[in-house]
Amino acid sequence: MELLLQGLNSWLGQVLPEWLVTVIGMVIVITLLLLLPPLMFMIMVWLLRRGIARFADRFGPNRVGIGRFNKERTQQRFPLWGLMQSVADGVKMFTKEDITPAQGDKWLHRIAPVVAIVPTFMVFAVIPFGKQIVGVDLNVGLLYVVAISSIFTIVLLTAGFASNNKFSLLGAMRTVAQMISYEVPMVLALIVPVLLAGSLSLNQIVEAQGAWLGLRWFAFYFPLGPIAFIVYFISALAEVNHTPFDLPEADSEIVAGYVTEYSGMKFALFFMGEFLNQFLICGLAVTLFLGGWQGPGVQLGGVLGYLFSVFWFFLKTFTLYFGLIWIRGTWPRLRVDQLMNFAWKRLVPVALGNLLVTGLAVIVVNLLKK
Amino acid sequence: MDQALMYVAFFALAGLTLLAGLAVVALKNIFHSALALVVTFIGVAGIYFMLQAAFLAVVQVLIYVGAITVLIIFAIMLTRRLMDQHLVQFTGKWWIAAPLALALFGLVGFVSYSTTWLLRPKEALPADPVAALGTELMTTYLLPFEIASVLLLVALVGAIVVAWPKKDRLPVVEELEQKIAEAKRRVVDDDDQLARGK
Repeated sequence: MELLLQGLNSWLGQVLPEWLVTVIGMVIVITLLLLLPPLMFMIMVWLLRRGIARFADRFGPNRVGIGRFNKERTQQRFPLWGLMQSVADGVKMFTKEDITPAQGDKWLHRIAPVVAIVPTFMVFAVIPFGKQIVGVDLNVGLLYVVAISSIFTIVLLTAGFASNNKFSLLGAMRTVAQMISYEVPMVLALIVPVLLAGSLSLNQIVEAQGAWLGLRWFAFYFPLGPIAFIVYFISALAEVNHTPFDLPEADSEIVAGYVTEYSGMKFALFFMGEFLNQFLICGLAVTLFLGGWQGPGVQLGGVLGYLFSVFWFFLKTFTLYFGLIWIRGTWPRLRVDQLMNFAWKRLVPVALGNLLVTGLAVIVVNLLKK
Repeated sequence: MDQALMYVAFFALAGLTLLAGLAVVALKNIFHSALALVVTFIGVAGIYFMLQAAFLAVVQVLIYVGAITVLIIFAIMLTRRLMDQHLVQFTGKWWIAAPLALALFGLVGFVSYSTTWLLRPKEALPADPVAALGTELMTTYLLPFEIASVLLLVALVGAIVVAWPKKDRLPVVEELEQKIAEAKRRVVDDDDQLARGK
């Protein structure tokens, strides 16, 4: 943001007044922040479908590309590994019938999917995608992410309630119980990198991992870092209802949970929210534990350094996302009692103990430095 | 310029908060009221943000929106007849409540009128307000901090005690109880037979 403003100022500053340059800069940043999530969504859906297909020994979407069809209309000129499938799906979603349950709460049913997407987009504003490439560098960035994500819980409850369907309500209740339980170990694990970096700002946490050619990641602070990373990743999976914690939308038990009564574009919005949340937990894990945009080559000056930083961030994030696909393709679902026991009796004590030891270690190291 | 922007932001946020607050008491559906309460909390958080208290704003959203409202909605959902639940908005006791509410409003109004408000902070803000807040909580205000946490712990233990299932007794006790009940029945049966024999 600041970088962009500096660039704009040196370029347009002579011609235009300062406030106009600021407004132009803001419009550019906001447009980028609104464009990036849907793009990520399309790539992720395609990756997931191809990945799951590979795990199930199928092909997955490999036809829809660009260019003219052949004579039999079975193949396009450039199939592009089926990359255009997501575009086709999007068009299909728009043309579907929009159904509102007659006995439900019509207004809430209409509003819920729109509001559901807002917190997710808001979190994108503070994620550092590269060296100095961040929407807003809040000094309470991490807390902001946790707080904004908690709004999502209420939206899900609203969606489940407004549908007036027992499966929707059951799904919503399950989601909320799960999200509230797993938020505890997640936040406890998130404090560890905060203590190590001495800041709540996501950007400063990334900066603190820059030693050793950008490989001094918090996940390598043995044994505190790895434990926190694993606890965070498990509870984050539960936070976004990913396999093996996908009870809220267990299709073999309660149809589709809170999205049961949604169709067309409204369903697509919930679907997008879910995928973007998966992207965000991977991005946050990378930012906090795997060095964010740090990596070899970032120290270079000029454009090359920036390009390297963006490259490293997205490489790490999508590698983690591949892990998610892997889990989804291979693991069964937990039972409800196993879910709660695991959160409160395993993860919370481990995270709490880890946090205590980390605090002690930070104090001791600081004393030794003096 | 900045001053004007601040005014616009303040009146927008204050209007939103007040309207949502009005909706909380005026809406007939209790679930809608709970959602209006969320908007109120977010409006208050926005005002904190405007006053450069970002930490307070974020914590306001985290605790009031993320935890307390969810609790309220859960309480609503666990009560019966979910969809057609409409609040009784007027009771016969309104003539007691109205002067009390007016008196409270007058008191709050008087206090806020008679206080001399600081228009800018007495000292400059510390470089890292969150760290300063944490240090203060752990040193100067340690006792209130600890008392608050003990209070929460007491509430937690109390909730567990209240919710603990009453029948959860040791199997040995249950076995003994069964034996006692059986013995009592035998005694009663014997008495009956005796009575019939006579």
